[in-house]
Amino acid sequence: MIRVILPAHLRTLARVDGEVKVDVAAPVTVGAVLDALEAAYPMLRGTIRDQVTRQRRDFLRFFACEQDLSHGPPDTPLPEAVAAGAEPLLVIGAMAGGG
Amino acid sequence: MSRVRVLVGTRKGAFVLTSDGKRDRWDVSGPHFGGWEIYHLKGSPADPNRLYASQSSGWFGQVIQRSNDGGKTWESAGNKFAYDGPTGTHLWYDGTPHPWGFARVWHLEPSLSDPDTVYAGVEDAALFRTTDGGQSWQELPGLRNHASASFWQPGAGGMCLHTILLDPSRPGRMFVAISAAGAFRSDDAGKTWRPVNRGLRSENIPDPTAEVGHCVHHIAMHRSRPGVLFMQKHWDVMRSDDAGDSWREVSGGLPSDFGFPIDVHAHEPETVYVVPIKSDSEHYPPDGKLRVYRSRTGGNEWEALTNGLPQRHCYVNVLRDAMAVDSLDPCGVYFGTTGGQVYASADGGDRWAPIVRDLPSVVSVEVQTLP
Repeated sequence: MIRVILPAHLRTLARVDGEVKVDVAAPVTVGAVLDALEAAYPMLRGTIRDQVTRQRRDFLRFFACEQDLSHGPPDTPLPEAVAAGAEPLLVIGAMAGGG
Repeated sequence: MSRVRVLVGTRKGAFVLTSDGKRDRWDVSGPHFGGWEIYHLKGSPADPNRLYASQSSGWFGQVIQRSNDGGKTWESAGNKFAYDGPTGTHLWYDGTPHPWGFARVWHLEPSLSDPDTVYAGVEDAALFRTTDGGQSWQELPGLRNHASASFWQPGAGGMCLHTILLDPSRPGRMFVAISAAGAFRSDDAGKTWRPVNRGLRSENIPDPTAEVGHCVHHIAMHRSRPGVLFMQKHWDVMRSDDAGDSWREVSGGLPSDFGFPIDVHAHEPETVYVVPIKSDSEHYPPDGKLRVYRSRTGGNEWEALTNGLPQRHCYVNVLRDAMAVDSLDPCGVYFGTTGGQVYASADGGDRWAPIVRDLPSVVSVEVQTLP
């Protein structure tokens, strides 16, 4: 089980509280976790990565084990602690200001 | 007794305001989708309990929401808006070619007869349609593939398709407006389009009478007379009596002919409402007075409607989709402001009162008249 922590607005959209858990077969990568997340929660499609370009949304980041995993290719393996379910993958909304 | 339901989209959520036919006491529900920008929400004329909402966010992109119970509960619908075929380029602000890219849905226009069919006007300008209640969206690419499209250029708010009008008397005829390309008409259900901007004059483009390039802010029609159109352009209030083939200016007598919304009385096709705004660089009412102007003659003779509206120190704006009418008698008129007020008049504009005063900045207002 991969543990994922979503931003509050996406938890509301997905109607979940707290962490989300998804099954992902090895190798556990950012892309594979997002695939599993979107399959389990179709309302999240397009909200973390663009549905057409598959690019991560500009104001979101992927953190785990005190590393920023946002900028690698989607097939980059996640840390072993995330793959083992010991640590979560954090989807973080930027602390952007504005209206 | 009839009821009205006012659907309000704001910068931080959606609100549903309901009242009986007297329209003096209101129930306010919301925010729905708190914290998200709700550019537009609208109900199906064929099933008033079926509502669609455009929910978007700078962080999380576009979401479409659907309600089957008049806005009490909502469910996420499909949100994949993929352009059909090669996207090509339009002109960017600096005049260079810029690839078409989806940003958000500005306007949702449900079919007049089928609750599952909805048209969506998006930025960068294109028209999409769903026929399965919002689960999937397909582009009607004839508009974006028009020969002029590579010369379209965004307005300050982005290159948005913000207005969609369906002709109730001629199935297949529809109008759209794009900032800043202008107005377009299709007579074949959206397969092919032609610009309908003859008579518009825009001094801030190289050729003031060009076929495309005009910053049309909004268009309105009365359903009993769909060949007559009223337009609020960037500057100028315009009228067409031939379904957009030609336009003439009807701004005469307004304190400013800049503005965003325009609408038509539900029972008087020659009665038109606008909200004059001082200028395109000021975006607030002239003299700090919030005034709706009403013409009972289809333009050129306008009267200020001020009773109940702030007449000093008022510097809000009223955006293009933020005015609507109900179909009760007397006709109710509604508009929302960037200051978060939603004003209502239950007597065609003679007297106004705020339904709510302190919502987030209002982007859109639609009204449903319910049995």
